[in-house]
Amino acid sequence: MQSDKHISKSFDQDLDEAIRLFLVMGDHAASQVAKAIHALIDKDDTLAQEVIEMDFDINRQEVELDEHILLLVAKRQPAAGDLRLVMSISKGVVDLERIGDEAVKIAKMANKLAAQGKSAYGYAEVQHLSNQVRLMLHNALEAFSQSNAEQAFEVMRNDDVVNEEYQSAMRALMTYIMEDARHVSKVINIVWVLRALERIGDHAQNIAELVINYISGQDVRHSDYALVEKAVQEANDRMAARHDGAMSENMSTTDAGLPDTD
Amino acid sequence: MNDVISKTRSTADSNNFDTSTASLLNRPMATTTQLSQPDATNLTKQTQHDIPKDMPAAKMQIRDLSFYYGDFQALKNINIDIPDKKVTAFIGPSGCGKSTLLRTFNRMYDLYPGMRAEGSINLDGKNILGKDIDVNLLRAQVGMVFQKPTPFPMSIYDNVAFGVRLYERLSKAELDHRVEWALKKSALWPEVKDKLKASGLSLSGGQQQRLCIARSVATKPEVLLLDEPTSALDPISTGAIEDLIEDLKNDYTIAIVTHNMQQAARVSDYTVYMYLGDMVEMGETDQIFTTPTQKATEDYITGRYG
Repeated sequence: MQSDKHISKSFDQDLDEAIRLFLVMGDHAASQVAKAIHALIDKDDTLAQEVIEMDFDINRQEVELDEHILLLVAKRQPAAGDLRLVMSISKGVVDLERIGDEAVKIAKMANKLAAQGKSAYGYAEVQHLSNQVRLMLHNALEAFSQSNAEQAFEVMRNDDVVNEEYQSAMRALMTYIMEDARHVSKVINIVWVLRALERIGDHAQNIAELVINYISGQDVRHSDYALVEKAVQEANDRMAARHDGAMSENMSTTDAGLPDTD
Repeated sequence: MNDVISKTRSTADSNNFDTSTASLLNRPMATTTQLSQPDATNLTKQTQHDIPKDMPAAKMQIRDLSFYYGDFQALKNINIDIPDKKVTAFIGPSGCGKSTLLRTFNRMYDLYPGMRAEGSINLDGKNILGKDIDVNLLRAQVGMVFQKPTPFPMSIYDNVAFGVRLYERLSKAELDHRVEWALKKSALWPEVKDKLKASGLSLSGGQQQRLCIARSVATKPEVLLLDEPTSALDPISTGAIEDLIEDLKNDYTIAIVTHNMQQAARVSDYTVYMYLGDMVEMGETDQIFTTPTQKATEDYITGRYG
């Protein structure tokens, strides 16, 4: 994050609070996804119900964060890096809320599958895909928290991998259905779960794009990777310049024995 | 995930500053907020190569300009191009030299002893700092509006006509026409057309400032210098004058100094950020306020110091 402080302490507090709210909401969304998958794999009805009910919290957090951002813009007129940060948070909130919704969908499928009896096929794919997607989300949020454009770029590239895995899992399940039509209804539910996971991966990628936007100042949405790489390089340059500036101030305090006026 | 949340912000301590002898001359005043300003000797700043591409032709070219109040150097080797028929805003903390710079553009400093400028300022190719320049004529070509509205203690008509009478010989009809034109240009005509003989001091603050602008444009200058023109005015007058500036830039090159960054963002095409007599960055306003290149500029604009 920005390493220097504003003159106005309360501006710093407002900005810190916005970041904190975003990360807390991200953490919550990620744990919803984890719980929903566990509920599915372990046929745990109670856990699934918990996920469905906790979505209320995520929605509340979305409203709270949007309100906070609105006031921040109205009062502080943020500019440059602060403005890009605020706009990114404001957009990222939507992705987080959607992740919460997808987790609820998974939980509902978990309930259905528990009722119908375990599907004989597809659980391995779900586990595999969910691990990758959960890692993507974790990395996207960490990239945001650490202002790490490289990590964000990696998340973007991982989405391609996830999409491919999703396609191949779908093909496998389709084949299974064609072989034995009696299993259709159970397998269809797994298909919905895979779809929800693929969507979560997309949302994590969106957040990663916002991170790169915010740090580099370039909008990398809908761009090819060459442009994104350029933006990541620029982001790194900016962060380096920022640290050099802070470091040269720190390093030069040992000269001439002049009185420190701190 | 809790570790992610606990690592939200790392703070660099920016309160230390360079105490070497070289920077002693540049040492900022020791108030608590100003202690956290960046050290000027380590400041990276834009060079002439970084001046924005695709800028329209320069109306004024400032080259290696240095300015001294006695022994104190207020401007350090400034190199800027002021683009023609655009609004260029100068921003920066107090004492950075922006008003000083503006006052060199029409040699206002000639009025005071002990001040001198070195280098050159080319207006349409002619160096206005040269000894052969008629300063009064220069000041008709390069008009200035100050922070505090300063109408002359005479009628509204005479306020506007005063400068014109000094340089041109016009018939009464032509003069009437010119006064009306100037007052229309500065969006004051509808309010004063029935009371041109009333004293200029009888107007409200915003109207007085518009009168000063009318007075400046009446002599048909090429460049308008505005030194914090709306600092003393209420929001509505400020809005009216900002609209006026938008309109005036079609005909005049405008340089504006302002403390209000949102105003600079709204009104200008190009923005120059100055610090302690140096030009740190110049760029298109849109770019400066969203993605400034220099860290010092970003710090100032986001309110991290200054």
